[in-house]
Amino acid sequence: MPLTDVTTDIDNRTLTMTCDFPVTPERLWQVWADPRQLEKWWGPESHPARVTEHDLTPGGLVKYHMTGPDGEIYPGGWEVIAVDPPHRLEARDFFADADGNPVDTAPQSRMLIEITATEGGSRMVNTSTWESAEDMQNVLDMGVVEGSSSAIGQLDALLAA
Amino acid sequence: MDEKRADAFFHALSDGTRRDILRRVLAGEHSVTALAEHYPMSFAAVQKHVAVLERAGLVTKRRSGRESLASGDVEAVRTVASLLREFEDVWRGRVAGIDSLLAHETPADTTSTD
Repeated sequence: MPLTDVTTDIDNRTLTMTCDFPVTPERLWQVWADPRQLEKWWGPESHPARVTEHDLTPGGLVKYHMTGPDGEIYPGGWEVIAVDPPHRLEARDFFADADGNPVDTAPQSRMLIEITATEGGSRMVNTSTWESAEDMQNVLDMGVVEGSSSAIGQLDALLAA
Repeated sequence: MDEKRADAFFHALSDGTRRDILRRVLAGEHSVTALAEHYPMSFAAVQKHVAVLERAGLVTKRRSGRESLASGDVEAVRTVASLLREFEDVWRGRVAGIDSLLAHETPADTTSTD
């Protein structure tokens, strides 16, 4: 299994995942840098992704849409903050409207990808952070609290975390 | 998790008035007196609902003069935890996808620089 560690930091709204792959950092970088490879893994199997714009330079945009089983389209994208091939990519991950533009009212996250060489290949550390307390509030406003009594099954694990 | 705590938590959320109180105190600190004005029941009954939420750890109370002020912050933390969990599931799928992509290519495709 490539996934070797998952750390959730509730106070800082951060999720860190560490993965090891038996390939070089250059090869691993390609799954991000080549839009045809990116769209093979970005969307869930049920929601394949199509990358329509791919500019991995600071300030550049990556735009994509996923297609659900019922044909519904889910547009999204990233705004690149920093890039240093094949080791580092930092971007703002956003929901988009039908034209591919960021929806400012939707919760946003920041993702940082760090790739380093290891003895057996490469290690990729992905740190995702919800950007602000406002984003958390948006999600509360979406009725999460109301739904919580129906989501009881999940809560054991949450309280133990 | 502690079974008693789980019971208190689920019990607290099983009542519509208590869920409503929780929503209000998550938005900001409320005195129990102010909360009681929203419900067609006695002040004492509202006070009891707040106490149930407090025992479950969903609401904290502090005294200010003669008023008892309630606020709910714990649930916000749990909400974030559940969001992070959904996020984690999405990324687990992506990592599996990368793994599968890398495993299915022919070795000749890769440039070996090390």
